[in-house]
Amino acid sequence: MFALLKFGFIQNTILAGSIVAIATAVLGYFLVVRGLTFAGHALASIGFAGAAGAVLIGAAPVYGMLVFTVGASLVISLLGREVRERDIAIGVIMTFALGLGILFLSLYHGYAEQAYSILFGSIVGISRSDVLRSGLLSLGVLAAIAVMARPLLFASFDPDLAEARGVPVHALGSVFLVVVALTISIAVQVIGVLLVFALLVGPAATAARLTYRPGRAIAIAILLGLAYTWLGILLASISPWPVSFFIAVLSFGVYLPVRLLVRPRGRRAAHPHGPAGLAPGLPLEEQRHA
Amino acid sequence: MLDLLRHDFVQNAFLAGTLVAILSALVGYFVVLRGQSFACEALSHIGFAGATGAALLGVSSLLGMFFFTFLAAIGMGALGRRLRGRDIEVSMLLSFVLGLGVLFLSLYTRQASAAVGILFGSILSVTRLDVIITLACGLLTVALLTVLYRPLLFASIDPEVAEARGVPVRKLSVLFLLLMALSVSEAIKVVGVLLVFALLVVPAAAAEHLTHRPLAALLLGVLIGLVSTWGGLALAFIGHWPVSFYIVSLTSLFYFASLAIHAVRFPGRYREPPHPGREVLPPAR
Amino acid sequence: MTEPSVLLEQISVRLEGRPILQDVSLSINEGEFIVILGPNGAGKTTFLKLLLGLVRPSSGRIEVLCRTPERGQQAIGYAPQHRALDADLALRARDLVGFGLDGHRWGISWPNRSRQDKIDQALAEVDALELADVPIGQLSGGEQQRLLIAQALLTDPCLLLLDEPLANLDLTHQQEAVALVERVCRTRSVTVLLVAHDINPLLSVTDRVIYIARGHTAIGKPEEVITSRSLSQLYGSPVEVVHTQDRYFVLGAEV
Repeated sequence: MFALLKFGFIQNTILAGSIVAIATAVLGYFLVVRGLTFAGHALASIGFAGAAGAVLIGAAPVYGMLVFTVGASLVISLLGREVRERDIAIGVIMTFALGLGILFLSLYHGYAEQAYSILFGSIVGISRSDVLRSGLLSLGVLAAIAVMARPLLFASFDPDLAEARGVPVHALGSVFLVVVALTISIAVQVIGVLLVFALLVGPAATAARLTYRPGRAIAIAILLGLAYTWLGILLASISPWPVSFFIAVLSFGVYLPVRLLVRPRGRRAAHPHGPAGLAPGLPLEEQRHA
Repeated sequence: MLDLLRHDFVQNAFLAGTLVAILSALVGYFVVLRGQSFACEALSHIGFAGATGAALLGVSSLLGMFFFTFLAAIGMGALGRRLRGRDIEVSMLLSFVLGLGVLFLSLYTRQASAAVGILFGSILSVTRLDVIITLACGLLTVALLTVLYRPLLFASIDPEVAEARGVPVRKLSVLFLLLMALSVSEAIKVVGVLLVFALLVVPAAAAEHLTHRPLAALLLGVLIGLVSTWGGLALAFIGHWPVSFYIVSLTSLFYFASLAIHAVRFPGRYREPPHPGREVLPPAR
Repeated sequence: MTEPSVLLEQISVRLEGRPILQDVSLSINEGEFIVILGPNGAGKTTFLKLLLGLVRPSSGRIEVLCRTPERGQQAIGYAPQHRALDADLALRARDLVGFGLDGHRWGISWPNRSRQDKIDQALAEVDALELADVPIGQLSGGEQQRLLIAQALLTDPCLLLLDEPLANLDLTHQQEAVALVERVCRTRSVTVLLVAHDINPLLSVTDRVIYIARGHTAIGKPEEVITSRSLSQLYGSPVEVVHTQDRYFVLGAEV
């Protein structure tokens, strides 16, 4: 099996997949923490519509993706202020974009292969220069997140105080969404629309359940994302089934037991009194039913 | 154009479209109220996996859709009372289902054209039998909603107090999710998996921007849904583009218009967002 | 005489077209413990936001710590109105409090000793050191409130603004919180502005009271401001204040 690794294209696949896995894991953490996972799904679908439009006018799909996703993320930031309203705004923009996508698809007939590669990614047919380009773009994205990390975390967990402390909470939220849009556009080229979402949410959701320290959660998410990607590529190479399926199954398969079995860690036994009237160690929500 | 209506498929399309628009808008009012629009989106993709899975097994895709979505609805109901802020769980379920869909698609590529129909809508190939099934689902939904209207409204707006007053909030949640699954499966026929949101959520959301009175919002949502569906069908017969595109564009238009009207009527009305992404919970005690 | 910590001259504030504060003039001295009272929606939170530079006055002059208020003033500590946090929220008490120190600065906080020490110190000051590694979603209202105060103290502020820190606390925890805030006020010589609904738990520590109603304010010692005459004037309708057994009861007004 390791003889496979000698093939250049497998190397490219693993490299490209790894770069994408890291970028999506980091961004996924912030999506999870900000409750914006729906936006992740929506932006991926919107990207698909953009790619379809680009192909229709004879441009490279990635440009269509960029235009549509970045544009959509800006409109979403503008429209969706309150949480409930934001989900609906995201959905409206998504369905409108998908409606356009359907139109584009219907207008252009010799389309199957390109649609296929956008949906499922061209991870197996990646060239060294593609890897380089994805790598550089991902590095850019990661650098942007590194710069924004502290105020973004602050604004995500404690927006009132963050604003009082001078953090531009709304502007930061918009910039973040644009960065998500960029990341999705990069990732979709490699792993496809359907799978971007699994790598965006799965590792981060699992990590956030395992630890309460943001730094550690991001590290765990990265490790999980890489593991899923490598295993997925491996399994796909020895079976007739697609990479995206394996990664999605791994992502969910690890998340499910963690979600069901791992209770958020309780307080230390040394603490003399639990919260008044509440049983120590149980998550707050369950205690309200107790 | 009116002599188009002599054709069966056109009649069926308008009949099915009308029924689904009404059904979706009614259920959609509560979907928006309960903040479950993402769950709705996820259910439609789950329906896709169910349909393609069923096609794989040679079973009717509608049955597959019903089965999968009902299963998922019960699963989501088991997650707990609160679906708002549960976007992570819904996302994970969605990602898994997308993976399944990919598998089914790749396993049986003969289904590609059927898959296209499920994804993008196939209202123009709706049969008279489909219309009858849709009518049955619609009547069932309307009956249930009429009976459950008050407790469901109460439980959706103020679950804590409702439960204290004896409303079975948890059971209502599961029941509503099942209703949502039913509406989603029906809506997939008209606009396809990708655009279910446009029929189920958008008309109701637009209506809720225009009025706060529940009954008025319900009826307005139905009106918007109907106009969008009829308009979409009519445009599709006149023009050359897909029906679902027209329907979706119309609903989006209504939504943006409702936003504009709202902004004009209530300028500067902007409430500070609560913690981004998490619903504000009432105090622990 | 030293400059007042807070100075308002004929300040008016309008939000969404509605007048919130009208022609308010008052000054607050360094080290004072001020309680802000008034009915819901009267403008208490707006008043705090005015001092933080989050809300601009439509007219009048305001100076906080000798300068015009603007966002991001490190010298002002702020604990906003507490809302119950999601039980699943993936953050430790220590991390939340740490935001108060450098959450607003770009980049990443690399773990370092002096940062940890400062956070530990703030936690110790509010008696929450043993809670440092507990996820915040699992803490009670009182414990979360203490964290918010610790957060506000981290930048060594001269002015501390607390928005309804006693809400959602039972009597014992209220007393603990009051004692904590007073201790902080006196040992650090910090000016404290605390918004509350009820003056009674705070009577022993309050220097002066600001009562806000219908856009107008009255400032003075509790016994001067919380009187039937003064409040009736503020509310524009009869309000009866009963002062008995060292407690104030305000009747006939929405508290």
